[in-house]
Amino acid sequence: MKLIFRYMKPYAKAIAAVMGLKLAATMVELLLPYILEHIIDVTVPTGNLMQIFLWGILMILTAVATRQLNVTANRGAVENAHNVSYNIRQDLFIKTANLSGSQFDAFGLPSLISRMTSDSYNVQSCAQSLQTLCVRAPIMLIGGILITMTMDWVLSAVLCVMLPIMLVVILSVSRYGIPLYNKVQESLDDVVRVMRENITGIRVVKALSKADYEKRRFAASNDAMTRNDIKASTVMALPGPIMQLCLNTGLTLVVFIGAVRVNNGQMNPGVILAFLTYFNMVLQGVMAINRIFMMISKASASANRIALIMAAPQDQRILTEQEAKKPSGDGFIRFEHVNFSYGEAGTAQAEAFGGSSREQCLYDIDFTIKKGESLGIIGPTGCGKTTIINLLMRFYDVEDGGVFVDGRDVRSYEKDELHQKFGVVFQNDMVFNDTLRQNISFGRDIPEEGLKKATEDAMAAEYIAGLDGGLDYMADIKGANLSGGQKQRLLIARALAAKPEILILDDSSSALDYKTDASLRKAVFENYGGTTTILIAQRVSSVMNMTNILVMDNGRCIGYGNHEHLLRTCPEYRDIFNTQMGALA
Amino acid sequence: MPGRGDRGGKKEKPRDAKKSLRRILSYLNEYRWPVIVLTLCAFISNFGNLLGPNFAGKAIHAAGAGAGKVDFDVVFFYGKCMLAAYLASGLLTFFINIGMMRVSRNVIRRMRKDVFDKLMTLPVGFFDRNQAGDIISRVSYDIDVVGTSLATDVVQIITSVVTVVGSFIMMCAISLPLVVCMLVTIPMAIYYTRYMGRRTRPLYSKRSAAYGHMNGFVEEMFTGQKTILAYAYEDGVCEDFSRINHEAADAYRDADTLGMTMGPTVGFINNLGLSLIGLVGALFYLWGIVDLGQISSFVLYSRKFSGPINEIANIINEIYSALAAAERVFRLLDEPEEIQDIYQAKVLQEVEGDVEAKNVSFGYVPGKTILHDLNLKANPGQTIAIVGPTGAGKTTIINLLMRFYDVDEGAIYVDGNEIRTVTRDSLRRTYAMVLQDTWVFRGTIYDNIAYGKEGASMEEVIAAAKAARIHGYVMRLPDGYRTVISEDGGNISKGQKQLLTIARAMLYNTHMLILDEATSNVDTSTERQVQQAMRQLMAGKTCFVIAHRLSTIQNADRILVVDHGDVVEQGTHEELMVQKGFYYKLYASQFE
Repeated sequence: MKLIFRYMKPYAKAIAAVMGLKLAATMVELLLPYILEHIIDVTVPTGNLMQIFLWGILMILTAVATRQLNVTANRGAVENAHNVSYNIRQDLFIKTANLSGSQFDAFGLPSLISRMTSDSYNVQSCAQSLQTLCVRAPIMLIGGILITMTMDWVLSAVLCVMLPIMLVVILSVSRYGIPLYNKVQESLDDVVRVMRENITGIRVVKALSKADYEKRRFAASNDAMTRNDIKASTVMALPGPIMQLCLNTGLTLVVFIGAVRVNNGQMNPGVILAFLTYFNMVLQGVMAINRIFMMISKASASANRIALIMAAPQDQRILTEQEAKKPSGDGFIRFEHVNFSYGEAGTAQAEAFGGSSREQCLYDIDFTIKKGESLGIIGPTGCGKTTIINLLMRFYDVEDGGVFVDGRDVRSYEKDELHQKFGVVFQNDMVFNDTLRQNISFGRDIPEEGLKKATEDAMAAEYIAGLDGGLDYMADIKGANLSGGQKQRLLIARALAAKPEILILDDSSSALDYKTDASLRKAVFENYGGTTTILIAQRVSSVMNMTNILVMDNGRCIGYGNHEHLLRTCPEYRDIFNTQMGALA
Repeated sequence: MPGRGDRGGKKEKPRDAKKSLRRILSYLNEYRWPVIVLTLCAFISNFGNLLGPNFAGKAIHAAGAGAGKVDFDVVFFYGKCMLAAYLASGLLTFFINIGMMRVSRNVIRRMRKDVFDKLMTLPVGFFDRNQAGDIISRVSYDIDVVGTSLATDVVQIITSVVTVVGSFIMMCAISLPLVVCMLVTIPMAIYYTRYMGRRTRPLYSKRSAAYGHMNGFVEEMFTGQKTILAYAYEDGVCEDFSRINHEAADAYRDADTLGMTMGPTVGFINNLGLSLIGLVGALFYLWGIVDLGQISSFVLYSRKFSGPINEIANIINEIYSALAAAERVFRLLDEPEEIQDIYQAKVLQEVEGDVEAKNVSFGYVPGKTILHDLNLKANPGQTIAIVGPTGAGKTTIINLLMRFYDVDEGAIYVDGNEIRTVTRDSLRRTYAMVLQDTWVFRGTIYDNIAYGKEGASMEEVIAAAKAARIHGYVMRLPDGYRTVISEDGGNISKGQKQLLTIARAMLYNTHMLILDEATSNVDTSTERQVQQAMRQLMAGKTCFVIAHRLSTIQNADRILVVDHGDVVEQGTHEELMVQKGFYYKLYASQFE
């Protein structure tokens, strides 16, 4: 909830203005009945037509004023809520886009998405209603009580006794309700997750004819969500009727006590009647306050979920020159005795940062690449090949040892400064729903020739030329209208386009046939001589021409050197080579 | 439906609010009895609310006798009545609120279920064209809007109607001439709300669409977060988001700014009516048509009358936004489904695995044929390898075999049955497949492997995992087969996911097998092991294999070499090598 207020603060003046207007509107609105009463009780009996007419016109003017004030106030409130929610969403998006790898894992993608969407809507509607409701309710409540006080303090004391009771009800219910709404949001996460899983895996689901099973699975999380929602809403439905009951009991008491006091000659009977009118006002005020609390309960569950992300610490601090490690030798890229493990996977709690149960992923990795040289990494699935890239680009921080680029600890680089050195294609990399041109230039300022060159070198020029509009061809979501190989070549073009100092290709030619793959490698080595290349691959043929090859198994380096050297010294490498190239031998 | 080129904004289709409303009501129909009971309760509770002040008035009247003369019996009697009326009405209100809330939650549960069930019947192409985020936004945002509106608005409308009708009757009873004043303002209010409705409805639709668009963008960008970071494109993406966020926020503002003028304006019209009553009433009094008491009570009732009308303006606003949201949901529900199985479609059981494609042509987009005149024949137990340059149409062949898409021309037969004459489910069940895009879901490893075979025993799962060579990896995990993998995979690598899906296929024992680049991400040493297992799995099965590693397909009974949608060569490895044609060139290029 603090979050909402923090974001409302910059608009404090505008919000104050809205509330002021609303205050004025409410006041003016309250004038209307008095004027009418005045006409009926005072003016009409006198029979003075002119006066009646004047009062009537005044009344219409008041009505006009009320409308203007209310409309202006409402529009202001919408405008402010618009600004507040825009800012919250923008900041949340920026924060999420910049989360470190381990933080991203800890929250989990589906949860991050639903915080960005459904939670932000809850906050938005709360920010708007707060401004208007918060004015009317207290005026009704306090105004009503003040007026009754002037009438008869004993009777209004009855009212005042009821207030704390109601306050306790509201507070305890909303305290109990917030966790319940938290649960609702969490089960919504679940519903969304199952849905996402099915959207992404629709082919498998259909192929295995699991539609009915999936329907049941969705029904289970859908039902759970409905249950949680009903539970939370039931609790939140309590205070309204309870408070009405309290007030009405109070009212009955007023009548009883009033009767006694009238009987004792302590007050006029007319006062009880008047009391009734103002009692209604107080009642409306209380109900409105209840609505505010209900809304706040719901919104604060969402606001807290958003705040949790906003509060995620900057876990990858840029180290100063003193703090940063110094490389103990030359070389453009150096890994020095690196150990690393990921945090526990799949726990969507922020506490999981740093993780409790960890499986070590890299043991004592140590290698050096000189500028312009190339490194091939080969090894079984899950042996830590990609992890090396994650550390080199500082998506994660090393535990032990150091990673150095161009003689500097990667942790001492500004994030963008580091990343600008790279051109990279990840495993399973993303093609975005945009033109091919945008997909390749990707926000960078790359001249037309650069784009052309990159597509040619990536062996993509030919197929792009065959598409409608060439580079302006729109790629579908996740590149669904491109084949696997076309996507990979597009991604490689993206990596090459800015002539990076370091080129990283992580298993990014798996969908390419041998011929394309070979010409691609040839083009890269011929045209990007100054570029330091790291290539992760499954095929020996892809890495055998690299300056050095790192053979990995289970997070350890089990062989390092050039192709001939490894054939002689590394039995595992020889084994892989024989399996793959066996046909030729 | 979003397609190419409309990233910036979606075209608005003509909307039919009445139809959406009817469809929402048809959802309520299932709960018609609870709704009817709740409606009755609302009437009664409203009545109780009106009775309360009545009793209070009588009690006060009794107390008003003056000092020493108060008849306490009467005061207490009416006091108790009053308390009872309030108590009853309070309880009823609670009951109604909870009841309507439950009905609405169940209705939206039903809607969510319908949306999901619908998704299951949609053709694969739908998911290629639509952002997951946009689809999900219909469940997470739009349906929620509908639910909130149902829970509160229905009851409110009922109580409003009761009050409005009740007070109108009372007003008529008091003084018909004064009602004429109301006849000026009521049509104004009605006309105005309808006019505003026409203006705001498109804005609410726009708002829902803008939110859907934003969700889609968020989904895409968060999924590609790592890539964005790697290219230091965060700022660019954030700028893009800023634009989309602006669009969404503006759509919200535009809709609500206009919507928010409605309440005060209707209020103004009412106040105008009140003033008119004051003026005309005064005149009537002077002319002796009405007396003062009548004016007072008329004013009292007219206030009761206008209160709900103010509310109705707000409610109508909410209903419009709910209708706009519902329309997006219904539009999804109206998407064309996969073509129904033909009448009395055959259920394929125990197939031999004889597959034949005759003169098949196909294109994803009409007019752009991808496969031309494809012919292929696989005898039971044969392995057919499909090779060719990327984009030659290999994956398309699989899409057709599984009937994810229907052929444009020609036909495909399984055991002599044209596949369009058998049920889709039974056709697909005859294949096991491992796809290029591995797919795991949040659940235990056991669940993920046993996915294709419900109720598989742990022994079977372990056997499959051993065959897929992932058993060792699983046992190293803290909870073994009970380890829960998250949807986006945590530190399970793509290769491990692939092994899991291979194990899944191993367990799903069928006579036909499809491998789409299945081994391209498994490292070579594992692949060799997997291949042994695969060979064991493939024995006696008809297999279609797409793989780029030629070693994988050398043992195939027949190799189809595909290029530009045509089968350019067919034969065994040896035959094709002798031909020195396209295949030979492909093969040789691996050693360049």
